[in-house]
Amino acid sequence: MKHKYLVGVYNDDDVLLNAVTQARKEGYQMHEVFTPFPVHGLDEAMGLQDTRLHTIGFVFGAIGTLFALTAMSYIMSIDWKVIVGGKPFFSFPAYGPISFELTVLFASIGMTVVFYIRNGFSVLRDAEILDNRITDDKFVMAFCLKKYHEEADITKITGILKQSGAEEVYVKEMENELEANLIKKDGGVIVESHHH
Amino acid sequence: MHYTSPIREPLINGNKSYHDITEDISRSIEQPPRLWWIALLISGTVATIGVLLILYTIWKGIGVWGLNKTVNWAWDITNFVWWIGIGHAGTLISAILLLFRQRWRTGVNRAAEAMTIFAVMCAGLFPLIHMGRIWMGFFIFPYPNTRGILWPNFNSPLLWDVFAISTYFTVSLLFWYTGLLPDIASIRDRTKGLARKIYSRLSFGWTGTAKQWQRFESLSLVLAGLSTPLVLSVHSIVSFDFATSVIPGWHTTIFPPYFVAGAIFSGFAMVLTLMLIARKVMGLEQYITIAHIESMNKIIVMTGSIVGIAYITEFFVAWYSGNVYEQWVFIRNRVADPFIFGPLLGVEPAPYWWAYWSMMTCNVLSPQIFWFKKLRRNVALTFIMSIFINIGMWFERFVIIVTSLHRDYIPSSWTYYSPTWVEVGIFVGTMGIFLTFFLIFCRYLPVIAMAEVKAILKVAGDQYIEKIAEKEKAEKEQTYLGGANLAGALHDKDDK
Repeated sequence: MKHKYLVGVYNDDDVLLNAVTQARKEGYQMHEVFTPFPVHGLDEAMGLQDTRLHTIGFVFGAIGTLFALTAMSYIMSIDWKVIVGGKPFFSFPAYGPISFELTVLFASIGMTVVFYIRNGFSVLRDAEILDNRITDDKFVMAFCLKKYHEEADITKITGILKQSGAEEVYVKEMENELEANLIKKDGGVIVESHHH
Repeated sequence: MHYTSPIREPLINGNKSYHDITEDISRSIEQPPRLWWIALLISGTVATIGVLLILYTIWKGIGVWGLNKTVNWAWDITNFVWWIGIGHAGTLISAILLLFRQRWRTGVNRAAEAMTIFAVMCAGLFPLIHMGRIWMGFFIFPYPNTRGILWPNFNSPLLWDVFAISTYFTVSLLFWYTGLLPDIASIRDRTKGLARKIYSRLSFGWTGTAKQWQRFESLSLVLAGLSTPLVLSVHSIVSFDFATSVIPGWHTTIFPPYFVAGAIFSGFAMVLTLMLIARKVMGLEQYITIAHIESMNKIIVMTGSIVGIAYITEFFVAWYSGNVYEQWVFIRNRVADPFIFGPLLGVEPAPYWWAYWSMMTCNVLSPQIFWFKKLRRNVALTFIMSIFINIGMWFERFVIIVTSLHRDYIPSSWTYYSPTWVEVGIFVGTMGIFLTFFLIFCRYLPVIAMAEVKAILKVAGDQYIEKIAEKEKAEKEQTYLGGANLAGALHDKDDK
């Protein structure tokens, strides 16, 4: 089955941000927004749930520290005691550098791997490209036509897109369904204005 | 939302649109300059010679190097520290400057990060070859083994180095490649046929959704936050290799900050050497502007001066300590030249005085010209200086290592070290390896972070800066007129 999306194409990040706010104000939740670079405040304007990636980083980092400290303490003071100039077997300060390095290593690898998994990124994955110009200079807002299938809604959304400055509005059929975003439970605050 | 001071110099010139940025940066991938093949041929040849000499060393043994019982590591460890130092600028630009919100980083961060990775690869080669039996290299990693549960010594800075360098390489690679995803996707969406298929694999399915960007930003920020202490720790640990020993000339507590400053200093010099050529050959003058060059030169004059203070402090402490061995190393092995200081102090000239004074001239004296704005903005001069600094920083490591070792406590073991052609060849070879990788990177991947440049266009593009300045001016005039009216009104009131 094909999946249909109503797509609005914008030229400018500020115009897009206002359009997102406007659509949500009218009660229409966009399925996804695509941009060529990170647009600050976009996730907030869309009501997207915050990412928990940094927490993952912390957890992996903590595992790294604990692993390094336990492993070194066990090796140096239980498993393989080596007399080095009469120094204590358990020498905490000497464990500092490696504990630090492993904290950073675990946190970075853990976070990056989770980043790839959560985004579904892999060498085998073919990108679901809605519009070739997204990675160049176009800002695209897509509404799922499975959700908004009634004629009245479609007309209304098309109106909002055009009126908020979309230079093109069209319907696009995709082979696969685009993954839906998790929206904040309260729907998120509708951010009022993004003009300077 | 976008605010910038009107006095800021634009970082993107030529009235660019988002599309222009994609076009300009993709051009060198789609229509590579002919010079690229010539450059690749030369660097590839040098790299091959380097690899052959490495194989020769492994085949014959370390005896083909100029090392002896007194100077048991010299050229190899110098090159190791030098290459690691070169890499540090990449992390500084991509991580530390991200945390400090320095927008000019976007013009050079991608190439500098790539440089970090290739430099660390070249650096890692040297300790590996110096092991002698490189096929036993995995012995340096701690893992439960069948050698009678033999563990490496976790109290040794050499093992800390193993962890520091491998972590540094891994994190830099993750940071760099993940940062590349959106730009690879840009190239993917412009190409057709086989190229599209390949870039499609390399882009890992990036589409640029708001959620992807949200996670991307979170990952970049945390990786930057982790890389910042990491890069400082790496060169600190490299300096521990020397500082924790009790060799006069090495046993110095200021080594960690001194090494880190030196690393950033030499790294920026290398970034400038490469980027000044790249911006010319690939026509990127509007993205790597004179403002970028000036910013980098400011960092060079600052870190160069820190390094200078470190040299002087180190010397002063050696003298002030009253320790004859320390004094010997600094005065008789390093400073005493045959012309001024030797005769002045009434001592024999130091065998390596020329190395010490090359280091002083290249690292401390010459960068001081960058206190002048006009000189900081001179491209040709910057290029020459960047080469000077690279030479000077190589000599710094040579001075630290060889001058401290070549005269032992027992005069009978005093010696003089000079490299053999094999050592020189391997060092030159690593430059070939480094350049070959860098050229391949320039040819197939975007050298400038397109997405990041687009993100700062509205605050750093020349057309926007002009508009912002005009608006500021208009607002100021408004305030002034308003003030006059208010004064008039008050005046009227007084009259009544």
